[in-house]
Amino acid sequence: MAAHPGGLTAPAPAPTAPSAVSVRQLVRSFGTKTVLDGVDLDIGAGEFVALLGPSGCGKSTLLRALAGLDHEVSGSGVVSVPERVSVVFQDSRLLPWDTVLGNVALGLRKPDAGARARRALAEVGLGGREKAWPHQLSGGEQQRVALARSLVREPQLLLADEPFGALDALTRIRMHGLLQDLVAAHRPAVLLVTHDVDEAIALADRIVVLDRGRIAAIRPVPPEIRTSTDTSGHESLRRDLLAALGVGPAHPAEPAAVGH
Amino acid sequence: MSAVLDRPVLAPHQVQAAAGRQDVRPTAKRLGPGRRRRLAWVGPSALLLLWSASSATGLLDPRILSEPWTVVATAGELIADGRLQENLAISAQRAGLGLVSGTLVGAVLALLSGLSRVGEALIDGPVQIKRAIPGLALIPLLILWFGIDETMKVLTITLGVLVPVYLQTHAGLRGIDLRFVELAQTVGLGRAAFVRKVVLPGALPGFFLGLRFAVTGAWVSLVVVEQINATSGIGYMMELARTYGQTNIIVLGLAVYGILGLLSDAIVRFIERKALSWQRTLAG
Repeated sequence: MAAHPGGLTAPAPAPTAPSAVSVRQLVRSFGTKTVLDGVDLDIGAGEFVALLGPSGCGKSTLLRALAGLDHEVSGSGVVSVPERVSVVFQDSRLLPWDTVLGNVALGLRKPDAGARARRALAEVGLGGREKAWPHQLSGGEQQRVALARSLVREPQLLLADEPFGALDALTRIRMHGLLQDLVAAHRPAVLLVTHDVDEAIALADRIVVLDRGRIAAIRPVPPEIRTSTDTSGHESLRRDLLAALGVGPAHPAEPAAVGH
Repeated sequence: MSAVLDRPVLAPHQVQAAAGRQDVRPTAKRLGPGRRRRLAWVGPSALLLLWSASSATGLLDPRILSEPWTVVATAGELIADGRLQENLAISAQRAGLGLVSGTLVGAVLALLSGLSRVGEALIDGPVQIKRAIPGLALIPLLILWFGIDETMKVLTITLGVLVPVYLQTHAGLRGIDLRFVELAQTVGLGRAAFVRKVVLPGALPGFFLGLRFAVTGAWVSLVVVEQINATSGIGYMMELARTYGQTNIIVLGLAVYGILGLLSDAIVRFIERKALSWQRTLAG
């Protein structure tokens, strides 16, 4: 593991599994402002990628492009995603007029929709709350329902747009554990958009830093530093990523030479 | 209390709890209307009391406004000879038919106009024009077209009901959060499921608001059609009473209209509370 910033800028490791997501030369612009400027990204099947970047860097635009939610946005490029894609938003986005169970089962085909939704709710620790209205749940519980709703359709790709951004610190840590368990059980490819460096390190196999519409750095996260926060490897990766984001104590990182 | 803070923001209140245990708590200023209570009868009762008192003291001339007890006695007589029930039934039938058809047409038009740009282009303009024309101004034309029988009466009520149902349902539908539309796209809802799961429940609060306007409007239209061209109904009964100077029957007719209006509004509100139990609002 390299200790110097810029020492890890080798091209993305070729995913061993078949690729779940492939993005080539993606350009998206709002009016005259180019938000994504030629982004290339691959995510392997079952791989957990964190997309890190400051506000306005285009990370949500990239996620929305993968989710197919950018009909009205002009741009070019090639995006290929698997058949089953689920999205978790920053707000839990539960229909207020439907019960918790109804929300999880939303869009599921009968006949076993109810049973599957019940199982998914039990999996996120909300068995027994099926009949509750969304407003009767706490923020963390609502986001757990949103997770259940996204996983009940067994996605091959899970897109999460700052899903824990609105939660308090303690709830967020619990949700990290829950997400790890769920991902381990269901093995979807994951793209997690976040601006939290520690969250990215704690969860991801690989971290992609996006800056002003371009990929500024790609860092693999070795499993041994993901779990222990007190190793020097963890600390140097953290410093390295902060530098790439332009906020570290270190000198501002060179725009890392990635992509072409 | 702190000596420095001479005016605390939250004043602690000493409340004696039911169990006799101490219950001291700061209470923020309450801005909502408080817990729900069944107090709808208080206002009408006060009005009735005032009316009785004025009549009993002779403040109110019976030729201007009959005494409450005379009205009750008149009701008894009219019920005994069957005239009240007969007229009430025919009035209720007219209002009910007009209300149902107007509500259906208004809701369907709102859906068509809210869910497609073509529908909006075709429907919204004409409904807005209809809204600008007082419903009663259409009566001469409707009489020429349909004569003075039941069709004309029900149609007048339908046209009056349609507008508020359309307007409020359409507004409710257009007010559905775009985030829910996005969600529906990401979970792969089809068009029909989208309407059933997102559009209809989302537009329901607006629909009920429109329905409450519509119920009131239906009774108003009913009065007009029954007093202009009718040989039956509560309005006709009152119009006949005017010819003979029978204030008591006129007041009875008004009371019946009032009771019907209150009752129907209460029914709509009851259904609304059941259907919108997911809402958390000031209404409680």
